[in-house]
Amino acid sequence: MTAGESTITLYRLQACPFCERVVQTLDELGLDYRSRFVEPMHSERDVVKRLTGKRTVPAIVDENTGVTMSESAAIVEYLQSTYGEDGPRAGGVA
Amino acid sequence: MDLGFDIVDLEPTEHVEEGDTAPEFTRPLVTDEYWEDIALSEILDDGPVVLVFHPMAGSFPATYVWQELPGREWGDCQVVGLSIATPYAHKRLIDERGLGEEYRLYSDPGNGVAEQFGIAHELDGMAGVAEPRPAAFVIDTDHTVQYAWVAKEWPDFPDYDELEAAAQDV
Repeated sequence: MTAGESTITLYRLQACPFCERVVQTLDELGLDYRSRFVEPMHSERDVVKRLTGKRTVPAIVDENTGVTMSESAAIVEYLQSTYGEDGPRAGGVA
Repeated sequence: MDLGFDIVDLEPTEHVEEGDTAPEFTRPLVTDEYWEDIALSEILDDGPVVLVFHPMAGSFPATYVWQELPGREWGDCQVVGLSIATPYAHKRLIDERGLGEEYRLYSDPGNGVAEQFGIAHELDGMAGVAEPRPAAFVIDTDHTVQYAWVAKEWPDFPDYDELEAAAQDV
């Protein structure tokens, strides 16, 4: 899909296994998202730093909830607890 | 150009012309900070577009084109480049030429957009590599092509003054 309708933005690095882990979770939960790819060099990632305070990826911005966060384990847990079966937004984006 | 010899003529091609609807496509659009898949229709929602096809980043024409485009008056138009260079190479071009947030470049290594526009060009001496022939289109918010220029020689460059005037007219 293109970026137009998605409300979750994933900042990612090509071939980064931590980023792919988040992608897998997004796909499992059937969530639409836009991908923004950044550079391998940390110093080139000011856009991520402005959002999360750190230059690490993956990072997500979820406009549904106002949540911005990094660290793949934390993101996966957040997505599952928010959009998973028992989560407040189970079944996807209202 | 007067080089004292004939430069290479390109074969005639059935390309997108003035009055045609611009073909729709989605490709990674590279900014100074990141790239993401963006449809042409999405940027046309924000205003008319000057779409400039040029040889791949690293070639001298790519450098020349991006020396000429900034600093002109483009009216309401967004000026967007396109080549077969990877997003990484586009990012370096944006950094080197100081294009900042204002100018963005589509990355199309598979050259499919050039095929849609009828301007694909097989590179002699680089087996298996095709890129767009140099071309520039001014596309209005109804997706109609208001100005079209496609190279008939190789190499060739847009008439920047004419392109600028067309952008201001749209």
